[in-house]
Amino acid sequence: MSLLSVRNMKTDIGQYAVLHDVSFEVPEGGVFVLLGRNGAGKTTTLRSIIGLWKPSPGSVTFRGEDITALHTADIARKGIAYVPENMGIFGTLTVDENLILATRNGRFDAARLARIHDLFPALAQFRDKQAWSLSGGQKQMLSIARAMIEPRELILIDEPTKGLAPSIVDAMADAFREIAQTTTILLVEQNFAFARALGRDMAVIDDGRVAHAGSMDDFAADTALQDRLLSLSV
Amino acid sequence: MTALTTTLGRAGGVNLLPLAVALIAFVLIGAPSSWVTLTVAGLAMGMMLFLMASGLSLVFGLMDVLNFGHSAFVSFGAFVSASVLAGLGGWLAADSWALNALALAASYLAAILFGLIAGWFFETVIIRPVYRDHLRQILITIGAMIVAEQTILAFWGGTPYSVGRPAFLEGSWIIGDVSIEIYRAFAFALGVAVFVMLYLVLNRTRIGLLIRAGVEDREMVEALGFRVDRLFIGVFMLGSALAALGGAMWAGYETLITPHMGADLMIVVFIVVIIGGLGSIEGTLLGALLVGLMSNYVGFLAPKLALASNMILMVAILLWRPNGLRPAVK
Repeated sequence: MSLLSVRNMKTDIGQYAVLHDVSFEVPEGGVFVLLGRNGAGKTTTLRSIIGLWKPSPGSVTFRGEDITALHTADIARKGIAYVPENMGIFGTLTVDENLILATRNGRFDAARLARIHDLFPALAQFRDKQAWSLSGGQKQMLSIARAMIEPRELILIDEPTKGLAPSIVDAMADAFREIAQTTTILLVEQNFAFARALGRDMAVIDDGRVAHAGSMDDFAADTALQDRLLSLSV
Repeated sequence: MTALTTTLGRAGGVNLLPLAVALIAFVLIGAPSSWVTLTVAGLAMGMMLFLMASGLSLVFGLMDVLNFGHSAFVSFGAFVSASVLAGLGGWLAADSWALNALALAASYLAAILFGLIAGWFFETVIIRPVYRDHLRQILITIGAMIVAEQTILAFWGGTPYSVGRPAFLEGSWIIGDVSIEIYRAFAFALGVAVFVMLYLVLNRTRIGLLIRAGVEDREMVEALGFRVDRLFIGVFMLGSALAALGGAMWAGYETLITPHMGADLMIVVFIVVIIGGLGSIEGTLLGALLVGLMSNYVGFLAPKLALASNMILMVAILLWRPNGLRPAVK
């Protein structure tokens, strides 16, 4: 049984139909990548999974349980974390306050915090700093750290490398590999090199529909398919 | 210029504005005794405006809700408090400091309790159906304000209602040439106490952390596993209770109240919220103190400009800082 199953999902935003028919299965463990051109519907897919937009019709099941109609907060409490494209950092809160907000009981698990500080040393250095004053890369690290501060089964991450320097992207890739050892990641990404380095399975969304799904190795080997679906050559 | 900005920032930045206004007024007024009287009056007025405005600011910041009916809580708070004081007229007139204080405390508690219950009702019945729809929010909350005003008219009548004041808050302290009205000093002290409590709740508790985060990004707080809609009910009730307390204190300040007092005050309350920066308690306090001081100083120096002074202040601040002095979101 897959960890997350999205079936025939259709999502409208206002009067616009953004997703027409999205279906894919995310297996447990590793990194599952959603690829697609700008405006294809990748972000809408993640927001529909976490409940910020409600699909109709269509269903989202997590560990076999239908979570389509649940409130976003209740979906999150099932063990699903969400890292949005804009990072969703609370700028006036300190780094530690951003992290502690994501804990269940308002206290840090020392081992988890230590792991986060190992992965992202800047967060240890700027614990009492207000988050708005961090650099773009540090904000992205904080956003991902917040998703890791509690045990999660699935982390939805929307374009984490957008606008980041290459050295930070490399550090991010290392962090994702380590996170993926214990937590499944559903990653939306436009940086194909980054996605290929991490992804085991993948799907391509095009015009609100899943145009292709399969293994990342197969997709990476098929440049004609990449050209057709992503309009890029790697 | 950069060095000056940095130095001012380190010294307190925009927090120094009320002090700057007070110092300029000191020079313009000339007479120290008049200046002290006006300053105390301005600070007292500012703290009462802060109580009325803080809830409105948080409600807008947290849920993006424009509540023009907020004035109903101010008016009802004033009338409920005044009625309790009238009912406890014996205690109020008694030659006992304790009984006087008990009557005042009971009147404030009644206003707060009314605010809490009315706030719950208002949020559940009127606000909830119009989340995310500003036009309908404006229409329905203005409608609610009119209904509230008419309800007060039906219960208390249209003639100005006299508000009793405990004996220990009557009169003034005379220090040299300076006269300080006791009620104003009391209103300022009570306002400061409420601000400190509010500040501690927002900055030292988990609920406060959630409210501050929710003001910045409600969706993200929900994605972290918290029901902001449930948190909002609590914030709305708290805001309504504070507005009712502000109304009760204003009633004691004015001693004569009318059903439209809340609506009259709302323009100033909105100015305070906009000047301070939406969703920010510290900003609201700053805005309230500035408006309170400016109203009193300008009322003394140039009475014809008194009404316009707050508008001019708002325009000047928004030209300088379009998001207000201390916006909650950075």
